[in-house]
Amino acid sequence: MKILFTFIMCLFLLPAFAADEPVRFDDAAKADMYESLLEEIRCLVCQNQSLADSNAELAQDLRREIVEMIDNDKSEGDIKAFLVERYGDFVLYRPPLQENTWILWAGPFVFLLIGIVVAVITIRRQGSRPADDSNETVP
Amino acid sequence: MLRYSVPLLFFVGLVVLFIFGLQNDPSKVPSPLIDKPAPAFSLVSLHDEEKLITQDTFKGNVTLVNVWASWCAACRIEHPLLVRVANDEQLEIYGLNYKDKRDNAMRWLQQLGNPYIDSAFDQQGDVGIDYGVYGVPETFLIDKQGIIRYKHIGPIDQEDMDETILPMIRQLENAS
Repeated sequence: MKILFTFIMCLFLLPAFAADEPVRFDDAAKADMYESLLEEIRCLVCQNQSLADSNAELAQDLRREIVEMIDNDKSEGDIKAFLVERYGDFVLYRPPLQENTWILWAGPFVFLLIGIVVAVITIRRQGSRPADDSNETVP
Repeated sequence: MLRYSVPLLFFVGLVVLFIFGLQNDPSKVPSPLIDKPAPAFSLVSLHDEEKLITQDTFKGNVTLVNVWASWCAACRIEHPLLVRVANDEQLEIYGLNYKDKRDNAMRWLQQLGNPYIDSAFDQQGDVGIDYGVYGVPETFLIDKQGIIRYKHIGPIDQEDMDETILPMIRQLENAS
């Protein structure tokens, strides 16, 4: 039983191994930037994986390209702009707020607002109903 | 009545939205390069290490640039079509041989025919990155001024060729 339990627990460990080979930067800030960039950029070959997770050839090439750019003191913004120029906004997991994405960002709040309005109306209606609730069973 | 029609309308709205959503193929990402000049590059020809191919090579004619590799199974599917239209329709097709080995690529062309005027040899895939290539085969349509007008992702079939690509080429050829 204990062995089975351990085995099952081990299965949960697997996703922790990232595909990217460790890259040594002389500077801790650069290493941090590299790690956070890889998490935020989508591998277009296997679209639900980030560059950090993917072992696709394109992901390897793009990691190499990013290492090179970081070594050349490019900023995070520069690197993202480089990728968006080539692959489009879709490479970024967090879409930028712009004309064609505002609905994506505003959507949840709009739905929240609709929900609140519906809730308020429903509660008010019930509150204003006569005390006897015999009509509840009548359709 | 209103009590039922509001949720029903909401539901119908969602269904319509989902039907539209299902028709989009999420593996086809629109290229941000459309209507921009073809990115600059300089590569040697697959056939001649002395000969350079650059973005200027495509200027002056409406050109198809097809990204291909001998290791790419889907390229094999579209290849006969490219060979045929290169002959029948007098199309200018250049190849971008992507992350391939020279020997394999040459053998592939010998066996299956060579529809390309020339193929640029992108061994490292660097030019592929500049063109936003993420899944071979991909095909770019470039106008006379060297502006990318269309990108096709995945193998081209007869329908894509007849209904989208050829009409666009004819239209661009007639433009000044």
